[in-house]
Amino acid sequence: MNIYLIVFIYLFLNYASQNEDGSEVELTSRFSTTLPGVAHVPSLTATVVQERRPLIVAVMSAAASGTSKAAHGDVAAKRKKGPGALATAYLVIYNVVMTAGWLVIAVGLVRAYLARGSYHGLYYSIEKPLKFFQTGAVLEILHCAVGIVPSSVVLTGFQVMSRVFLTWAVTHSVREVQSEDSVLLFVTAWTVTEIIRYSFYTFSLLNHLPYLIKWARYTFFIVLYPMGVTGELLTIYAALPYVQKTGLYSVTLPNKYNFSFDYYTFLILIMISYIPLFPQLYFHMIRQRKKVLGHIEDYGKVE
Amino acid sequence: MCCRTYFSTYVSCLIQECQTYFSSRATHNPVCFQKGQISTPVEILDAKTKDKLCFLDKVEPNATIGEIKSMFHKSHPQWYPARQSIRLDPKGKSLKDEDVLQHLPVGTTATFYFRDLGAQISWVTVFLTEYTGPLVIYLLFYFRVPFIYPPKYDFTTSKHWVVHLACMCHSFHYVKRLLETLFVHRFSHGTMPLRNIFKNCTYYWGFAAWMAYYINHPLYTPPIYGEQQIRIALIIFLFCQIGNFSIHIALRNLRPPGSKTRKIPYPTKNPFTWIFLLVSCPNYTYELGSWLGFTLMTQCLPVAFFTLVGFIQMTVWAKGKHRSYLKEFRDYPPLRSPILPFIL
Repeated sequence: MNIYLIVFIYLFLNYASQNEDGSEVELTSRFSTTLPGVAHVPSLTATVVQERRPLIVAVMSAAASGTSKAAHGDVAAKRKKGPGALATAYLVIYNVVMTAGWLVIAVGLVRAYLARGSYHGLYYSIEKPLKFFQTGAVLEILHCAVGIVPSSVVLTGFQVMSRVFLTWAVTHSVREVQSEDSVLLFVTAWTVTEIIRYSFYTFSLLNHLPYLIKWARYTFFIVLYPMGVTGELLTIYAALPYVQKTGLYSVTLPNKYNFSFDYYTFLILIMISYIPLFPQLYFHMIRQRKKVLGHIEDYGKVE
Repeated sequence: MCCRTYFSTYVSCLIQECQTYFSSRATHNPVCFQKGQISTPVEILDAKTKDKLCFLDKVEPNATIGEIKSMFHKSHPQWYPARQSIRLDPKGKSLKDEDVLQHLPVGTTATFYFRDLGAQISWVTVFLTEYTGPLVIYLLFYFRVPFIYPPKYDFTTSKHWVVHLACMCHSFHYVKRLLETLFVHRFSHGTMPLRNIFKNCTYYWGFAAWMAYYINHPLYTPPIYGEQQIRIALIIFLFCQIGNFSIHIALRNLRPPGSKTRKIPYPTKNPFTWIFLLVSCPNYTYELGSWLGFTLMTQCLPVAFFTLVGFIQMTVWAKGKHRSYLKEFRDYPPLRSPILPFIL
């Protein structure tokens, strides 16, 4: 009952702060611009800030834009317009629903902790909403593909699919890890991050971004990101022996398609991939923070 | 005595004259101007910082961008011409090397903006490297070099004849590509960014290793429909290889040596080129066909993945080429599709 109350209050606040003119939106996603770090193609700018992007971000964007042959012609830099009124309305609803959903998960965690008295095995109490809302984030890839959100499809896709992978292919698939504490670690990190992130987007779309939310978005990650990564890595590590024992999702030779896949090795490779990726993304966010929060004199408190 | 000094002075003056003459010839800035042509000062600014990087005070109006790039290279030796992107507007399109100064919309002083394209590498080098890799790598797996498969299989050969056939087809394909790079293709652009060689080689070499591992594996399973399937696949493969080669020859013949002209390709007497009636980029169509044949021949899922990824990439390129054809030529045949007749 109190969940619905929270959602209702939220909706009311958003409605009250809505403005009519549908003025141009300033959306900043976690990974800023759309186009590549490939040398001679100027990048599209939708965000206020533009800085040297980490190599992995550039590689992903380059992959998105095709190879050298496709990217060889220079593209005149276009200023991307914000989404139309209908798209903005839809995005507001989407972001509100997602915020509400993650709030549900947060409240569920707290209630379960209070009920049980310990923080072990809390995953089971929020399993369904976690799966639902984390999978729902796949829509964000669609938003980028359609163009109503000025982010890179590849980057968003990568981000969302890594979350979905952890939710379904690790935590859901390997039952034995569900009682691990590392699951709580990353679920908590995700919950707090997503609540802030979706409320950030909601307020941005409505052009009433409280400084507190912006500050929170660009500050909390300092702790939450490493926390989440630790939880994720520990969970994958905990899943390894069970995957090896049962041969989960693995295909061996011989078979008529002449294909093999070892999920155990795949998980190890995933873990290794965190080593180059995590620092780049982390320091990218830190750079973003300096630029966004550095302009404290330009942005006042709640408008 | 004074004759000798006079003589040496005369010689040194002559040498200096020659040097001035030759250096001015190199910059295509003749000592005497042709009547009626006013030399234009050219300044080159950095596209991002707008700093003045270079000022060329006397540039012939019929100088090309390529020549201006050479002159700019002299003052900034680290930026060789292939690395320079010269444009009229900081965010505009790069000017072509063939563009002539007087035909450009510039004022009394031409202002150009420069952007560093980064280290460049020639297309030929990239192609040779990225095609030699798969050739060698596949053979390593074919001969079952140690440390790939369990040690008891080292240097053994497969008992399935389709594996030998696949090796021949794969190797033939890449040898053909290497020879085409050396003798057939005429490239519009000389260079590409250096970063691309790593990207491209990873793609080609990675996929070659992945495919070769399974095809040459001791536990390889030959195609379900046996000889019939392999025969049909081989016919498709060879047909498309010949087709692909015919298209490359036809495209080469469109363009005289050393030029960068672009013309609409049309079917020739060679029946394999008749596909030009329906498709803009039949070289990609035939390439897809070859790999489909190879997939059918080996019945191997990684090969199917490789074909799929290649198809997606080639479709992107074909659509781009088709679009630029349509933009450049008013009378472009409307029946043509980018890569698949009537479909895509």
